[in-house]
Parts: sequence; structure tokens; C-alpha cells
Amino acid sequence: MSEIINAAGIHKTYRMGRTSIEVLKGLDLSVERGSFLAIIGSSGSGKSTLLHILGALDRADAGTVQFNGSALDKFGARRLNQFRNKTVGFVFQFYHLLDELTVLENVTLPAMAAGGTFAWLTRRKSAKKKAMNLLERFGLGARITHKPYQLSGGERQRVAIARALMNDPEILLADEPTGNLDSETGNGILDALEELNRDGQTIIMVTHDEKIAHRACEIITLADGKIV
Amino acid sequence: MYKLILPTRYFFKRRISILAVVAVALCVFMVVVVMTVMGGLVGEFRDKNHDFFGDCIVGTDSLVGFAYYDDFIAELKEQDFVLEATSVAKGFGLMTQSGADWNLGIEIMGFEPAAYARITNFARTVYYHKQNPEEAFIPSHDRTLPGCILGIDMSPVARDSQGIYYHNETPYRYELIISCFPLTAKGGLAKAGLDLANTKNFYYSDDLHSGLPKIDGKMVFMSLGDAQQMLGMAGPEPRASAIHIKFTDAIGVAAGCEKIGVIWQGFLESNKDRQYASLLGNVTVQSWQSYRRGSIAPMEKEHTMLMFVFSMLGIITIFIIFVVFYMVISHKSKDIGILKSIGVSRASIVGIFLAFASIIGVIGAAIGTAAGCAFLARINVLEDWLFDKFQWQLWDRSVYAIGDIPNKIEWHVLAIIAVSALAVSLVGAVIPTLRAAGKQPVEILRVDML
Repeated sequence: MSEIINAAGIHKTYRMGRTSIEVLKGLDLSVERGSFLAIIGSSGSGKSTLLHILGALDRADAGTVQFNGSALDKFGARRLNQFRNKTVGFVFQFYHLLDELTVLENVTLPAMAAGGTFAWLTRRKSAKKKAMNLLERFGLGARITHKPYQLSGGERQRVAIARALMNDPEILLADEPTGNLDSETGNGILDALEELNRDGQTIIMVTHDEKIAHRACEIITLADGKIV
Repeated sequence: MYKLILPTRYFFKRRISILAVVAVALCVFMVVVVMTVMGGLVGEFRDKNHDFFGDCIVGTDSLVGFAYYDDFIAELKEQDFVLEATSVAKGFGLMTQSGADWNLGIEIMGFEPAAYARITNFARTVYYHKQNPEEAFIPSHDRTLPGCILGIDMSPVARDSQGIYYHNETPYRYELIISCFPLTAKGGLAKAGLDLANTKNFYYSDDLHSGLPKIDGKMVFMSLGDAQQMLGMAGPEPRASAIHIKFTDAIGVAAGCEKIGVIWQGFLESNKDRQYASLLGNVTVQSWQSYRRGSIAPMEKEHTMLMFVFSMLGIITIFIIFVVFYMVISHKSKDIGILKSIGVSRASIVGIFLAFASIIGVIGAAIGTAAGCAFLARINVLEDWLFDKFQWQLWDRSVYAIGDIPNKIEWHVLAIIAVSALAVSLVGAVIPTLRAAGKQPVEILRVDML
């Protein structure tokens, strides 16, 4: 297996007025392609922050993150947008779906954002077909015209996973994907992630629950801003 | 495609969008109505002054007047930019009725009605002689008697509390005694002893409604010859107070007045050796605006004050729209975070919210403009209804010399207001959007989760 992500010396400090909290203290991490990595740690240990930095949703104060050998901090705005759009797929604890769009539109959104209007018109049919396939795969084929608020928590999270997979990302980053779900629904989500990983999808999942973390192939523990 | 879908959905799915439309529409409505009515009142007042006095006035404030006016008029009539010019005699007097124990201080204005009608809107301001203004000073009941026109508020015409005048079919036989103190060319009293004043009986031939309170409530008009006789300006070298001039459409008022000024200087030079040349030194050449400055200036000052107040109102309006948009966009900041997390560029996010703001701005401005126009179209009917039902008038016609409330819509003003509303909507949207779109996605999403 080849290395997909390499993070070295990651520092991150949050400042709130005069108070500053150093969340990550020179963290190093390497992730292999095709792996299913769980990052666990107590609340406030910096695991979500690390995930956001790895997915280019946030910037580290110091240190470098290399993706396939390219340093993310060297990316310009345009390349960073492309990276977020095509290379990573994000699944959030609170789903973060757009309430105004239907399930199908939410899933196709990354494909719409991938090019201009003309580009979208030329590949609209294939994108919709792909979105439909993803939704069918997650058991949501009958819910495509529903709005997010008409779905259960588990269904919303499955829509979020489908959206994250829409542009065939090289890596799926899941931040407490079951944190807002009951255990049965959460298990369904974890089953889906396991299945994706079996198909070759690289996944990094953040959780505070050890039991959930054991569904992953590899576990690292974050404490005091470092991997222990 | 999402750049079209999202703004449209935001508009139709969010109640706050409707509130934003209402805010824009109300602001546009208010500004359209206020600007039209107040701008109309000021514009109408200026137009009435212009209409009643002509484009340019060559005259003097001296009650003595000036001589050789006919020579200057002849010179003016040779100019291709002068449409008409005529002399006017002005002065003060007292008016009473035979056997009455009242008298009234009046201003007298004498002119040749046909010529004056060609320079001003005189024919439209009289009631009985609109078609034949040249006979305006001839009483209909006896054409041999000397006639005069009374400002409508001094005339025997009935007026109701809504300001509507009720005329008889023919003018009343109404005899008036007018007295003046005639002056010599040197400014002394022309008469001596007990018979100081010129007194003459005149008969009401018509009334004049200019819409200018000082004219309608204080002035008596008579023929130029009668006025000159009464004021002591007649004689072998008759005098006038002013020459009123109308220019052709080919020249503007300012340019025309400047040319008249040059001609007047030449006239002064060529007449400097004549007997009454000293009277010419007091004569000035003024545009109608300058001539009526005393009346117009307070109104314009009021207009300036109003513009200031409306500017403040405009700023408040901008602020309201800005705040509404700030709230709308802040409410959607989570969406901005989501869009950024899936790789939507900052420019595209700004585009989405500008499109959203445009929908609100265009619809709000359209509703506000349409409602403003509809309200203005019915404003006088509405005022009549309020008066009928509650005896209430927006402008008490016994105080304000206006007819209908001005409601003429200036389309360019309307366009400016609508475009400004749209621009304000865009500015109100772009600032919070830029702020939100400039943040790291996780910053927005983290705040939204809290």
C-alpha cells in the first residue's frame, strides 16, 4: 500500500480573546491508501481539528500536510477548491445538508460544483444516474425527492455519505459520523463505511467511542495534542 | 446550475426573504411617493412663477419706473431669440367699495393683456377670458367701463373648504374704488394739497388664479394705460416698471438673459444723454428665477431642507435593507460553510447570494414602484374621500394655494429609486457574503454548530 497522506509537525492553537488553547502540538501522521483509520480521543483532544486540517477545511499554524506528495499549504484557492471538491469527501456529525435542496440535488451538488453550467449540462444525466445509484446503494432510492428535514437522522447521514462519494474522492473523512445517531442506526452507517473500505475506499473516521473505533482497521489515539 | 437553483429556493423557502422583499418594497414605495409629491410641490411652485412672469425681466424696484421702454422693446423685437416683449407698470394702492367702511392695501400691475398672454400663461389663469385674453379688462356688463382683474382670493368668487372656486356664468357687477399716490419721474408726489391721490372706479371684469398666494391674494390687474395714469407714469415720456420677455425655444433662459444684458448695456450707452437717462441706471436684467428670488428662495430652502431630511431617510433606508440582508445572509452562513466544504469557490458563493439579493431587490423594487404609482394615481381621490368621511385634508386648501396634490411621476426618478434599491440590496448582501465566504469552511460550520 502507498502513502496517501503524510502530516508532519502539525500545530494548531485556538485563540479566544486573551485565552489560547494549543490543540495540536507537533503531531505526525501517515495514512496508507485503502486503509480505514479511526482516530479516537477524549472531547477536546483535537481529533476533529486534525481531520479538518487533513481535509483542507482548516489550516494548521505550523507543520505540513502532504497529499499524494503535494503539500496542501502550497495550494492556491482554486486548487484547494478542486481538492475539496474532487479529492476528499467529508461526512459531518451534523450531516450538513442543504435544507432547500432535495436528497438527489444534495447528492449531485459536488458534481454541479465541479464545473460551469455548460459542463454540468453535458454530464447532467450521467451525474444524476450516479447519484441515483449511490442513493439506491444506501437504501434511499425512494427518498430522492424528499427534503433533508423529511428524513430520519440515519437517512440524512447516508445522504451525506452519498454526497461525499459523488465525485469519487480518493479519501473519505468522517467526523463522528454516528455521533448524532442511535446505536442501531449508527451501526448501519458503520456497515456502509466498512463496505466502502472493502471496495478500496480510504477512510479516516474520528470518534470518541472505542467500540465504534474498533470497526476500523487501524486505530490511533490522540491525547494532549499528540498521537499516543 | 446550483447557482440558479439555490437563490430561487432560498427566495421561495425562506419567510425572511418575504420580509426582505417587504422591507425593500416599503422603502421604495415611501421614497417614490414622497419624492413625487414634495418634488412636485416645489416644481409646481417654480413653474407657476415662471409661467406667470415670463423668461426674463428687465425692470426696476423703484416705484418711479423708467422711461424709453418702448424703444428698448422695439430693439428687443429685432432679436431672433426674442419671441415677445411687453411693458408692465407696477405700484401700490388702496382698494375699497363705494359706501364701504373697509379698504385694502393692494399691488397694482398693468399690462397689455394680449402681449402679456403671449409671454406668460395669463390666458390660462383668468376665468372668463381664456379664449379672448385681449378683452380681459373689459367688463362684460358694460364694455365702455374701465375694468380690472382681481386676484381670485380678493374676488367675489365663492370658495369651499376644499379650495374649489365656484364662478357665476358672468362676472358680478362689482364696482371698486382704487386710489394710488402718483409719483413724478424724480420720485416726488405728482399731486399736492387735498388731492394727493389718483382715485378711479374700476369694474370687476375677471379674476386671476395663478396658484401663487401673493398674487392671488394681493394683486389687482388693469390695462397698462390705466396703471400708468394711476401711478403717475403716463405723460409725454411714459414710464414702466419692467419689461417682461419670452425667448424662443432655441435659447435657454440663462443664455437669453445674458444676451439681453449685453443689449441693455448698449441701450444704456446710446441713451445716456436723454432727459430721463438717470432712471435707466436702476434697471436690472434678471431671469425669472432671480426676479422671483424672494418667493422662490424660501421654497427652495425648504426643498433643500427636505432633500436633507430625505437623504437621512435614504441612509436609514439603506441601513434597513443592509441589516435585513445581513440577517438573511447570516442565517445562511451554514450553507456557505457547506458549499465551501464541497469545493465551491468564493466567487461562486458570492454569485449565489448576489443572485438571491437581486431577486429580492428586483421584486421588492417592482412591488414598491408599482404600489407607489398606484397610490399616486389615486392620491387625490383618496384625499377627497378622507375629506368627505373625516373632513381631513393633507394640505388645508384654505392655507395652501394648491389644487390637486402633485402626482406626476417622473420616470427617470422612478428608475433611479428602483436601481438604487437594487444596488442597496446587492451591497447589503455582498458584504456579509464576502465576510462569510472569506473564512475557512470549518470556522463557519463550527460557529453554526454552537
